[in-house]
Amino acid sequence: MDNILVTKEVTKQYGKHTALNGVSLEIPKNSIYGLLGPNGAGKTTLIRIINQITYPDKGEVYFDGELLKPKHISLIGYLPEERGLYKGMKVGEQALYLAQLKGLGKAEAKKRLKFWFDKFDIGDWWNKKVQELSKGMAQKIQFIVTILHEPKLLIFDEPFSGFDPINANIIKDEIIQLKENGTSIIFSTHRMESVEELCEYIALIHQSEKILDGKLSDIKKAYKNNMFKVGLHAQDVNALLNVISNKFNILEPVIDPLENQLDFTIQIPIEDSRDFLAYLASQSNIYQFSEIIPSANEIFIQSIQDKDANE
Amino acid sequence: MNKLPIIIKREYLAKVRNKSFVIMTFLSPILMVGMIVLIAYLTKINDNEKRIIGIFNESDYFSNDFNTTESTSYVHFKDVTLQLAKDSTAKMGYYGLLHIPHEDELEKVADHSYFYTKEAPSTSVLDKLEDVFQARLRERRLQNMGVSSKEFAMMDKRYEINTETFGGEQNLKGINEIKAIIGGGFGYLIMMFIIIYGGFVMRSVIEEKTSRIIEVIISSVKPFQLMMGKIIGTSLAGITQFAIWIVSASILLMIAFAIFDIDPATLGDGANVPGIAGNMASPVPTPNQTIQAYAQELYKIPWAMLICFFVVYFILGYLIYSSIYAAIGAAVDNETDTQQFIFPIILPLMLAIYVGFFSVFSNPHGPIAVGFSLFPLTSPIVMLMRLPGGIGEGGVPVWELVTSLILLILTFLGIVWFAAKIYRVGILMYGKKPTYKELFKWIKY
Repeated sequence: MDNILVTKEVTKQYGKHTALNGVSLEIPKNSIYGLLGPNGAGKTTLIRIINQITYPDKGEVYFDGELLKPKHISLIGYLPEERGLYKGMKVGEQALYLAQLKGLGKAEAKKRLKFWFDKFDIGDWWNKKVQELSKGMAQKIQFIVTILHEPKLLIFDEPFSGFDPINANIIKDEIIQLKENGTSIIFSTHRMESVEELCEYIALIHQSEKILDGKLSDIKKAYKNNMFKVGLHAQDVNALLNVISNKFNILEPVIDPLENQLDFTIQIPIEDSRDFLAYLASQSNIYQFSEIIPSANEIFIQSIQDKDANE
Repeated sequence: MNKLPIIIKREYLAKVRNKSFVIMTFLSPILMVGMIVLIAYLTKINDNEKRIIGIFNESDYFSNDFNTTESTSYVHFKDVTLQLAKDSTAKMGYYGLLHIPHEDELEKVADHSYFYTKEAPSTSVLDKLEDVFQARLRERRLQNMGVSSKEFAMMDKRYEINTETFGGEQNLKGINEIKAIIGGGFGYLIMMFIIIYGGFVMRSVIEEKTSRIIEVIISSVKPFQLMMGKIIGTSLAGITQFAIWIVSASILLMIAFAIFDIDPATLGDGANVPGIAGNMASPVPTPNQTIQAYAQELYKIPWAMLICFFVVYFILGYLIYSSIYAAIGAAVDNETDTQQFIFPIILPLMLAIYVGFFSVFSNPHGPIAVGFSLFPLTSPIVMLMRLPGGIGEGGVPVWELVTSLILLILTFLGIVWFAAKIYRVGILMYGKKPTYKELFKWIKY
C-alpha cells in the first residue's frame, strides 16, 4: 500500500445541510498533502471524520489499508484550527496530560518533551502557566504536543495562522524534517498561497464536493496555457510595441520610456516557444521571458468557474 | 490503555488546586463557625443585659413578688407621687416603671396597674410582669371558687393520648417529623451537592470550549469519556471539600464553644425539633423518660440501610443531574447563556425539597409522598425522607423502593445517553445560542 489514508465516497449530513458529498481522496505515504478550499467547504468536517471525532453517514475511511478504527487514534496527530490550552494549567503538566491521552507513558512523554523543549529553547516555560504565554508561544507548545507521539499521519488545520513569520518558518522547517523522516502530512487551509510551496499533492474542496485532486505539478501542467511574461529593452519602445502588436496578439502592454522597457504577456498558440523567442531576439534585447504558471489559487478559481459553466 | 483515570486525575487536580476552590474550602467552615459563634455569643450577651425596673407599689399585694433576678433587678419606690416616680425612673435610665395602685380588691388593682416605659416595652419583659399578676389572680380566683392549689394542679395535668402500632410498639408524637428531618437532611445534602458541583461541571465544560482545547482532547479520547471523567473528577473534588468542611467545622465548633463557654445544648436539637421542644415546655410527668424513648426510637432507625440507600440515590441522582449540567455547558458559549436551561433542572430539585418538607412530614406514605418518591427526578430526595421509617411493614413498601430504583436507573441511562449526544455535538459548536428545538436536532447528528 502506498496510501496512508483513503476515503471512499464519504458523505456527512447535519440535518438538512450536506457538509460532505461523496468525497473520495487518496493520500500517498510520506508526502505533504494540501486540502484546499474556502471556509465552510467541508474541510474541517472531513478532518474530524479522519480523527474519528465524528462519523460519516456514508462511505468508508481506510488508514494504511485498514478500515479506520479507534486504535488508529494514537497513529494520528491533529492540530485543529480552533486550538487552545487550559489557561490555568502549567505548561509542562499540560503537555504531559495531552501526551498521555495519546497513549504515551508518563516517563517516555517526559523524556520526549524535554527533548523538544530544549530544541525550541523553551525549557524554562515548563512551570509557567499558559495564560502567561503569548499566542505564538502557546502555538509552539501545541505543535510539540501534536507531534510528540510520533504519529504516522499529521493533520494541520490552518497551521500558520497566529504565527509570526519567524516562528512560522521554524515550524515549516520542522514539518519538512518530519516528512523527510517518513511522516505523511495533511495541510488544510483556505489560504492556498501559504502551503503551495510545501505541497506535493492537493485536493480542492468546494461546497462539500471534491472538485479536483492530484499531484500539484501535474495539475499545474494541465492548467497552464502557454502564457508567457515578456520584458524587452529597445531605443524606441513605442515603435517596437507597434511592430510586435501588428504581428501578435499581446496583452497588458506596459511601456516605461525612461528605462526604455516594454513589458507584456502573450499566449503562444503552440507548445514550442523557440520560434517566438527567435523573433523577439531579432527585434530587441530580451531581459525577461518566463512561462506563467498558474497558482493554486488561480487554478482553484478557474476550476470552480469551469464547473459552474458545465452545470 | 484506559484514559478515564488520567482524565479524572486532571479534572480532580484542576479543581482542587483552583485558588477560589481552596479559599472556599478553608474559609467556609471558619465563616460558618464564626456565624454560629457570633449568633450564640450575641444571644448570650442579649440575655445577660440587666434591666432595671422601677416598682411603685401602693397596694397591699405583690410586696414579695418582684425579686431581683439574674436578668432583671427591681427598684422599689416608696412614699412618692406617681409623677416623681416616673421622672426619676426616666432620669435614672431604668427600663420602665410599674405602677400598682392602691385598691381594695386584687382584680381592681390588676386592672388599674400600668407599666410606663420610654418606648414600647419588649414582650419578654411584659411576659414576666404579666406572669406575676396572672399567678396571683389565678390563686385568688381559685380561692373564691373554693379550690385549693393542689386540687388545681391535679386538674391542670396535661393529657396525652396513648398510641401504639398494631405490632404493639409504642409510638411517639413527632417521631415521623424527626425521621423526615433526618431523611430530609440527606435529601438536602444531595440537592446542595448537585447544584454546587453540577455547576462546577458545567463551568468546566464551558472553559474547555472557550479556551478551544476541546478539539485537541477529543481527537485523543471519546467525548463520552471526557464527560464522565469530568463528572467523576469534579465530584471527587466535591466529596473532598465536603469532608474537609464537616471535619474542620466540627473541630472548630468544639474549640469555639470551649473558648466562648457556650453550651451547645442551648442551640441544639431541642430548639429544632418541635416534638421535643413542645413536650419539655409543658409539665409532662417524666420528661427524661420521654427523651429516652426518643433516643431509643432514633437508635432504631436503620442507619446502615439508610446510608446505603443514601449512597445509591446520591450517585444516581448526581450523575443524572450533572450530565444534564455537562450538556448545558456544551450547548452554550458562555455562562450568561445558561440561565434558560438551568431553571428547568433546578425546578424538580426545589419541588422535591418543598414537597418533601410539607407533605412527607405530615404523611410519609400518602399519595403525594409516594408519587414524588417514584418520579426519578425527585426520588433521590423524597425517597430518602421516607426511608428512615424503615422498609416493609410500617415503612416504605418494598415494591415502591424497587420501582423507584428501577425508574431511576432507566432515567439515568436515558439522560446520560441524551446528554452525551448533546455534549458531543455541542462542544464543537461555536458562536450561537441554541434553542431547545436545535438541541433535539443534535441528537440525530
